[in-house]
Amino acid sequence: MEQIKQQVRAYILDNFIVVGASSEFQDSDSFIEHHICDSTGFLELIGFLEEKYGIKVEDEEMVPANLDSLNGIAAYIVTKRPH
Amino acid sequence: MRDGGVNRVDLPESAGPLLHDSLYFTASQWPEKIALICGDRKYRFAEIRRSVDALAASLQQRGVRRGDRVAIFLDNGFEAVAGIYAVLRIGAVVMPINPFTKRDKLAYLLDDSGASALLTHALLREAWAGALARNRMVHTCIVVAATSALADARCVHYEQVASGGTEPRDVLLIDQDLAAIIYSSGSTGDPKGVMLTHLNMVSALRSVSAYLAIRESDVILCALPLAFDYGLYQILMGFKAGASVVLELSFALPAKVVQVMAQERVTVLPGVPTLFAQLLNFKALPKFDLGSLRIITNTAAALPEQQIGALRRQFPQARLYSMYGLTECKRVTYLPPEQLDVRPNSVGRGMPNEELWLVDEAGNRLPNGSVGELVVRGSHVMRGYWGKAEETAIRLRPGPHPGERVLYTGDIFRTDHEGYLYFVARKDDVIKSRGEKVSPREVENVLYNLQGVYEAAVIGVPDPLLGQAVKAFVSLRPGFHYTEKEVIRHCLSSLENFMAPKQVVFVDALPRTATGKITKTGLE
Repeated sequence: MEQIKQQVRAYILDNFIVVGASSEFQDSDSFIEHHICDSTGFLELIGFLEEKYGIKVEDEEMVPANLDSLNGIAAYIVTKRPH
Repeated sequence: MRDGGVNRVDLPESAGPLLHDSLYFTASQWPEKIALICGDRKYRFAEIRRSVDALAASLQQRGVRRGDRVAIFLDNGFEAVAGIYAVLRIGAVVMPINPFTKRDKLAYLLDDSGASALLTHALLREAWAGALARNRMVHTCIVVAATSALADARCVHYEQVASGGTEPRDVLLIDQDLAAIIYSSGSTGDPKGVMLTHLNMVSALRSVSAYLAIRESDVILCALPLAFDYGLYQILMGFKAGASVVLELSFALPAKVVQVMAQERVTVLPGVPTLFAQLLNFKALPKFDLGSLRIITNTAAALPEQQIGALRRQFPQARLYSMYGLTECKRVTYLPPEQLDVRPNSVGRGMPNEELWLVDEAGNRLPNGSVGELVVRGSHVMRGYWGKAEETAIRLRPGPHPGERVLYTGDIFRTDHEGYLYFVARKDDVIKSRGEKVSPREVENVLYNLQGVYEAAVIGVPDPLLGQAVKAFVSLRPGFHYTEKEVIRHCLSSLENFMAPKQVVFVDALPRTATGKITKTGLE
């Protein structure tokens, strides 16, 4: 879990243009509320998750619980990833 | 101006002449009805009225008076709604500000408007704390969800001031008083504050509510920012009709919004082409029951014909309205849905209680079947731009009757023989991205703040998702080197996200006219 969070955080900081204090976001912070991701951002993030973790994010799974924070993403990846 | 008793007779059978009267009227008619749904929380009309009164009384106690400007710098949520009505209730002027606004621009907006108070959120601190530090006019800053101590002595916790059963004092107010100042991008680069009276906004609200026929049983989905008048009017319209509004923070994850739409049986979906493109790209859409949807509205940018077709196939039971408007008068036209098959590219004709015509360069009225600048006459037309007499004189010019002023929109339209309007172009070079106006000058000014930028030119280019995307051409001073991302990052640190360039092209030099001015002809 921690490793996933670190990898996704690094991806966001490298690839998204997160300015100012938003770059210190917490694991539980909502990307939408913190203005980290807009709609294009989420599409890019999903592309990254699919490639990096070998999963397929279904349309119905594109909900805040799965994608809107590092905690949400880590929990979601763990349930999706082939064991 | 002074505070005093209410100097008007309330009409018991309908709401009064002020913009907030409809909330009070609706709350007396249907106190227990759900007015607003924000995430897991549902708010009834009576509850909203109580919160509005408490916040209004606090603002009054802190010295906010009739005519004072109060900035609402918040993402969509209950507090923004309560704030808007509380400001109106005490006769002050609402100034909604896009929550993506950065420090320097926020400082400009507070300064330009001479705002007395600011309502904002702890998450937006980076922008407001800096803006507040260099502002002396704002005497009260109310902060939502602040967990730590508030550094500035002018700051108070929203949760402290918005509770309690105090009622505000009644304020003498008539429909000629200002209700709102909404800032809009202009070709000069400095945002202009569009001044709207209660009469302006109530008139627009009546006309729009009438042609859409919004009713008490409606459930409106609002994922548009309330700082954008199109979003703000969803609340105004819902509260006027006694309908419910589902207020969403964003449409960035359509799956969640669509789920909410199905669950709440949403009947009205207002959007812009970008939002509809996201909705139609959501492949699981057919799995959700959205059969309750009866009205879809589009404005801010033209809906491509292919999207019109896709929306109608997806929601055959819904009436789809193509509309056109500008902040200076809110709305101008709508196309009756039954006309979509006849003239899919038209934005329609005038709405109730307004008159429209086209003029040539000399200001002569043109007959149907012409091309010219659109002129709007009606009680919804703004009072002018705050503190900008010259810019006001360009847009507001003498009308048919002595003393009357009509709005020259700066938009060129074509009419067909029945007077239906087709958008042709803007007279200036303002870009429309995600349905919001972007001034190329404003973006260029930010680019020039980057030390190594020698020349900059910004244009709009067609984009399937955004309508137009912002594209920048820059040439650099010798010895400087930037990546595209560095330039975009710099822009995002000063500009709202929809204003920052999506693409940056580095060139050796920008094209110039014979007189040496940078020309954008040929850039694409």
